[in-house]
Amino acid sequence: MSEATPHYLKDGTTIRSWLLTVDHKRIAILYLVSVLVGLLLGGIFAMALRLELLTPGPTIMDALTYNRMFTLHGVTMIFLFMIPAIPSVFGNFFLPIMLGAKDVAFPKLNLLSWYLYVIGAALALWGMIHGGADTGWTFYTPYSTTTPTKVIPILLGAFVIGFSSILTGLNFIVSIHTLRAPGLKWTRLPLFLWSLYGTAVIQILATPVLGLVLLLVAAENAFGFGLFDPARGGDPVMFQHLFWFYSHPAVYIMVLPAMGVISETISTFSRKNIFGYRMVAFSSLGIAFVGFFTWGHHLFVSGQSTFNAGAFGILSMFVGVFTAIKVFNWVATLYKGAISFKTPFAYICGFLYFLVFGGMTGVAVATVSLDVHWHDTYFVVAHFHFIMVGAVMMAFLAGLHYWFPKMFGKTYHEGWGLVAASLIVLGFNATFIPQFLLGNAGMPRRYYAYQEQFQALNVASTAGATLLLFGFVIIAIYLVLAFRFGAPAGDNPWGSRGFEWTTASPPLTENFPGEVEITGTPYDYQENAPSLRITPEVVRGS
Amino acid sequence: MEARLAHHFRAIETQRQAERFGMWLFLATEVLLFAGLFCGYTLYRFLYPETFHAASAHLDATLGTVNTVVLISSSLTVALAHHFAHQGRSRVAGVLLFVSVAAGLAFLGIKAVEYGHKFEEGLLPGRYFHNEHLKAPGASMFFTVYFLTTGLHAFHVIIGMGVLTWIGVRAWRREFHENHNIPVELAGLYWHLVDLVWIFLYPLLYLV
Repeated sequence: MSEATPHYLKDGTTIRSWLLTVDHKRIAILYLVSVLVGLLLGGIFAMALRLELLTPGPTIMDALTYNRMFTLHGVTMIFLFMIPAIPSVFGNFFLPIMLGAKDVAFPKLNLLSWYLYVIGAALALWGMIHGGADTGWTFYTPYSTTTPTKVIPILLGAFVIGFSSILTGLNFIVSIHTLRAPGLKWTRLPLFLWSLYGTAVIQILATPVLGLVLLLVAAENAFGFGLFDPARGGDPVMFQHLFWFYSHPAVYIMVLPAMGVISETISTFSRKNIFGYRMVAFSSLGIAFVGFFTWGHHLFVSGQSTFNAGAFGILSMFVGVFTAIKVFNWVATLYKGAISFKTPFAYICGFLYFLVFGGMTGVAVATVSLDVHWHDTYFVVAHFHFIMVGAVMMAFLAGLHYWFPKMFGKTYHEGWGLVAASLIVLGFNATFIPQFLLGNAGMPRRYYAYQEQFQALNVASTAGATLLLFGFVIIAIYLVLAFRFGAPAGDNPWGSRGFEWTTASPPLTENFPGEVEITGTPYDYQENAPSLRITPEVVRGS
Repeated sequence: MEARLAHHFRAIETQRQAERFGMWLFLATEVLLFAGLFCGYTLYRFLYPETFHAASAHLDATLGTVNTVVLISSSLTVALAHHFAHQGRSRVAGVLLFVSVAAGLAFLGIKAVEYGHKFEEGLLPGRYFHNEHLKAPGASMFFTVYFLTTGLHAFHVIIGMGVLTWIGVRAWRREFHENHNIPVELAGLYWHLVDLVWIFLYPLLYLV
């Protein structure tokens, strides 16, 4: 009986009940814990890098250690945190609920995907402890095939994590197609799900190519097949093509779900229907599609023909068009809305700012003539950190604060939330704006020492990183306190129309106490009656 | 035994649709996995057209053709297995699946013989290449591509044989009938893909 059903956190409390769970919400929590460990590790590596760069000469480590550190920072942040962060945590938790379903289409596959993630992470961590790699997260050949450092376990780790990502994407697409509740037409689908759909397409079509190329590099490193080795007739640039065929779309694996989170939250916190629903939905698919034809902009200085470079440059700018469509619609949603400036909203503002400036510098570096000047300088580092850390992290934090009451049924301290948000937005700016300037002045990336004239800006950047660190520590403290001692949140603390807010906080094991029917959109703030109707469970015939 | 409706699906037909769709998506990832290697083939063939042609002549076209016939026949038996499972003749389906596994085994056996010849002649990838008649780097690259593509394909054949054996045992236990044959269908789809990859590899490596 539905009255007797406990909520998902209480439904089994043993470690075994967690490790063998097939409940999408529990798997999401497993993922949340894992990606936060990834974030912590990546953050520690980042702080080590920033400390080293305080002075022009050696500060706390030698060159090889520095090379290992930036490789580990990139690998952990991208493969262990950013790629799974929003889809595997919030996607797993809310996709079935937003569909009005009880679970994802293949629950066991979902658990398997978490185990693959853990196995991959363990392999990569093992490699990191036993020497680490010094190639950068891009593993460029021919260096990565000849380096004496432990690059193979890290490559294999990333390969295995790739499979975890594929399974998640597969599960999401099939779930969206087959598990929509009666009445949930495609035009009523929450925008978060549209963005996850676009993400899943990329995960399925691009990740296998990365898997293959990582395997090839590992094989090359171990056996010397010569596939990327010019001395044996191989072509190292082929590696770059195959690698970026995945790794550029991978940026959209990270950014699209972030955009989905913003579409959900911005409507809630302006208490207004999302402006241009179809445009926002279709531009997600547009980014997913165009994203496959932009990889060449990473090869402007790798001997690519002028025609190719121009074509890839123009195609890359289309991403800017689709992104701008979203940004204009979000801003139009805010217009004349009843805005409540809560912590998630602070992150929405941060997101918009980082996305717009990161995106505009993206269009700038997609311009061939400019990129030749900025290539491999801190300008590029600052650009992708604005998008990937600035925008994606803002959306992750917005989602974490927005959905925390739903996931755990508790409220956190709003005041501290705003303090931490301000510190983080400020800290990101202070960290990365100096890096734009450094790059423009010609400071190359991935060097542990630099010329005297770059010191002032490097010190500023390290100071900004310290602010960021404080912000994250504050968040960790008040969220842990909220989890332990927070006041009950209630089912719908934000007054949102989103489908996920019609269920209990925390949700029941099977999400809803009955059969679900959808009667409207998740954004219609003119209506009073909820758009999701629940009729108590009737016994189904076999 | 009836196909079980999982608690989160509304109807058995939806569940079947989901399972089929999931398999097709998985096959799409497999196609892209091989696509990277096909790109490599294209690139190096473009760089070393003559050497690739000469190196290709060192492959045993007879064995390759026999293997192609073996593999295509196994696809036929898998397709028939699904047909009979659908008609409720589960045991026949089981036998046909075991025949397909045997064909897979034969394929691997012939492949092993071919690999053996290559080892003797020193037609090996990268730094292991030591054959006087063909000149590196083009020829060694041909064999790099040859071993990588056929090796990855052979790995898929092994996985496929495992899957077919498992489904074959279930079919032998009379598990499948007209309302429950999705596992046979999905295993069959996977096996067809493994075949299909070979159908591209065979002309590219042996015939051109």
